[in-house]
Amino acid sequence: MDLDYGPEYDAFRQEMRLFLKLHGHRAPTGQARAARPSAEAVEWQKLLIEHGYTARTIPRDYGGYGSEPDILKSRIIAEEFSRAGIPGGLANQGISMLVPTLLELGTEEQKRQWVEPTLKGEVVWCQGYSEPGAGSDLASLKTSARIESGEFVINGQKIWTSTAKQADMIFCLVRTEHDAPKHGGISYLIFSMDTPGIEVRPLKTMTGHAEFNETFFSEVRVPVGQIVGERGQGWFVANATLGHERGMLGDPDALENRFQALVRLMKEERIGMGRAIDNSVLRDRLGALQAEVAAMKCNGMRILSNSLKGEPGGMAKLIVKLQSCELAHQISALAIDAMGEMGILYSGSARERMRGTWQWNYMFQLGLIIGGGTAQIQKNIIAERGLDMPREPKLPKISGAAKGTADMLRQKQGSA
Amino acid sequence: MDFGLSQEQQMLRDAVARCLADTCPLEHVRECSERDNPVSDKVLDALQGLGIPGMMIPEEHGGLGMTLLDAALVAEQLAYAVAPVSFLASHVLAPLALSEAGSEDQKVRWLPKIASGEAHISVAISETVEARDGAGVTCRGGKLDGTALFALDFAGADAFLVADTTGRLHLVPANASGLEKIPLTTIDRTRSVGELRFAQVTAEPLADDSGFTAGRLRDAGRILLAADSLGAGQAMIEKAVDYSGQREQFGRLIGSFQAVKHMCAEMAAHHEPCRSLIWYAAYAYEAMPEDVSLAACQAKSHTGDVHRFVARTSTEVHGGMGFTDLVGLHYWFKRIGFDRQVLGGPESARAEAAVLQGWIKAA
Ligand SMILES: Cc1cc2nc3c(=O)[nH]c(=O)nc-3n(C[C@H](O)[C@H](O)[C@H](O)COP(=O)(O)OP(=O)(O)OC[C@H]3O[C@@H](n4cnc5c(N)ncnc54)[C@H](O)[C@@H]3O)c2cc1C
Repeated sequence: MDLDYGPEYDAFRQEMRLFLKLHGHRAPTGQARAARPSAEAVEWQKLLIEHGYTARTIPRDYGGYGSEPDILKSRIIAEEFSRAGIPGGLANQGISMLVPTLLELGTEEQKRQWVEPTLKGEVVWCQGYSEPGAGSDLASLKTSARIESGEFVINGQKIWTSTAKQADMIFCLVRTEHDAPKHGGISYLIFSMDTPGIEVRPLKTMTGHAEFNETFFSEVRVPVGQIVGERGQGWFVANATLGHERGMLGDPDALENRFQALVRLMKEERIGMGRAIDNSVLRDRLGALQAEVAAMKCNGMRILSNSLKGEPGGMAKLIVKLQSCELAHQISALAIDAMGEMGILYSGSARERMRGTWQWNYMFQLGLIIGGGTAQIQKNIIAERGLDMPREPKLPKISGAAKGTADMLRQKQGSA
Repeated sequence: MDFGLSQEQQMLRDAVARCLADTCPLEHVRECSERDNPVSDKVLDALQGLGIPGMMIPEEHGGLGMTLLDAALVAEQLAYAVAPVSFLASHVLAPLALSEAGSEDQKVRWLPKIASGEAHISVAISETVEARDGAGVTCRGGKLDGTALFALDFAGADAFLVADTTGRLHLVPANASGLEKIPLTTIDRTRSVGELRFAQVTAEPLADDSGFTAGRLRDAGRILLAADSLGAGQAMIEKAVDYSGQREQFGRLIGSFQAVKHMCAEMAAHHEPCRSLIWYAAYAYEAMPEDVSLAACQAKSHTGDVHRFVARTSTEVHGGMGFTDLVGLHYWFKRIGFDRQVLGGPESARAEAAVLQGWIKAA
């Protein structure tokens, strides 16, 4: 154990602090919830790339900074942004999921065409994976593509497509090999959201906003070259990006920032003559959450060190999505409790705190506990891959007749 | 001994449930919740047919003279249907306050009109639990000054019953000069709350100046908020069970996964004792008044915690669908969120329980 980063890294940290001091005022102030980055955010992103504070290891040819991978420096960058309370580089599905996938598995042409504009926030992507019938069991997806005169012709429906309304492009899983086993028949396509035959319908959520959409495809024609990886390998291509998504959802700096916001809230919020933080019960919960945030930060450092040494993340990594999403939700829950009756104000009400952010977070973070692999699926993964516990026995394929009986029984029960 | 509902109580519950099933489908709730004043005249009229507005009003004043347990059963059904109607303050707390502590004149003036649905009184007693944003109303020389947050059943009220900082209740007509009314918007768009600002407002005090009546209202309010959560939780559990019996993933019903079964079973296991506790607390309101404050704190805090769990767990069972507006699950989720925070969250109610029992001195 040695927590000293060493002189080279200390110098790097100082350099970055100076950068933030000189340029921090140029960072965008608006809400990060917007799907399409503002002009201000795009300028900030470009400045960060130029100085290597984002897209650091992406080759210059593709619009990145082109530095050798150095996880400690990446770590320092994240820490310093968080410490200064200044937004770092853009983090959207295109940057966090598509770019790493293209760099790993895309053709040279695809990398040249898409990585740079995506990094610069000029091209916004959405993720077309889930379908009404394929959520946890993503591999059962049915949206299909047949090949016809050099084009994929896509038909089907996606759901939960975040930012589909604003997106220019979609990375999408479709079934291309109909007789292959379910994981082996999927392909990963990228195409423009302006392609004829795509219809996007916003989907309102419990927060009262439309954070997602349903996306319908009817005879959508996409050139065959717009596939990433080979036909039938889409599942493996997508799994590469799911790992990135889960990493994005478990960012310890984001947790730390939320936690600090909660501390500020509890110092400001008054109950009678005192402050919320003077209430020992609320303060105890605050302390417990702080320790958990600290644990997740240390856990992150450990994962980092493992990957520096080329070792797998192991259990420390498997639990990140489950624990981080729950923790984020609990931080918001305490904020609401600390606000008492004021905690349920929403939608621009008089006396609402922080424009309803805590309530929005409380609900949205419940969504994130579900999205990107539900808590129950995460627990299955932890048990089966992390703890090597026996797998669920595969159900025998249900025959048509047996299924008919089962349906009948179910209907009977339903009407009883 | 018989720990259970009487036949009349079961009939009341079933009648209200039927009435709401007929008049208050989710589509109607949606329409109402998009308006500034969510109260549904259609549902209120139907409830009027059952005498609900007058249920807590003594018979001699035109009501049904029922008990708080009866009211708790109604509250549960209202939440089960996420009914956008006024009830807690207008039809329970205000009638209780006037019957228990009003003058003869006040009773005669208000109670028959409340029972018939012609008048509705909103109640603002939050500051007797805890003061936020420096709120509080003082009374000097018969004039009220200050702010009362979270007046319940706010929209369309003809008068307000407001607690001052000594806990004394005052009746203020809605059109009193110097009274400013500011609606507040919460996550729960099926109920209406607001803020009252007083500048030298002439008010009519209730006789009791000991704070006792405000305490009774706090107890009754907490019990009914707990009952409301119970009904909303019941709906959420049923919906989770139904959904897991229909949704298939990995070639099987998700309800056949133990993970999902256990989520549902755990909800039921936590939920069911709440029902018993709430019945006890509501019964105690009239039968064991010396015990009711503690029981109310327990019902409020325990139900608040249990149903926060139920709300999120039922949502999780529904997967992404639970998070959307499509199945409308969030109406119940938010109702539970509202019930938890209003008139003191779990921490605050437990702190009060500790004081009541002499474990600690009042802060
Ligand atoms: C906030 C949010 C953002 C999202 N963003 C996107 C996006 O941009 N693009 C996209 O493609 N998708 C997105 N999704 C979809 C998301 O990935 C799915 O909602 C998720 O995978 C769960 O699938 P489902 O909703 O169909 O639930 P289901 O799979 O139907 O699950 C229902 C319940 O069954 C349980 N269950 C299912 N299988 C098992 C099992 N084997 N063992 C135990 N329990 C099980 C689940 O845990 C859950 O409780 C998003 C979802 C949310 C909520």
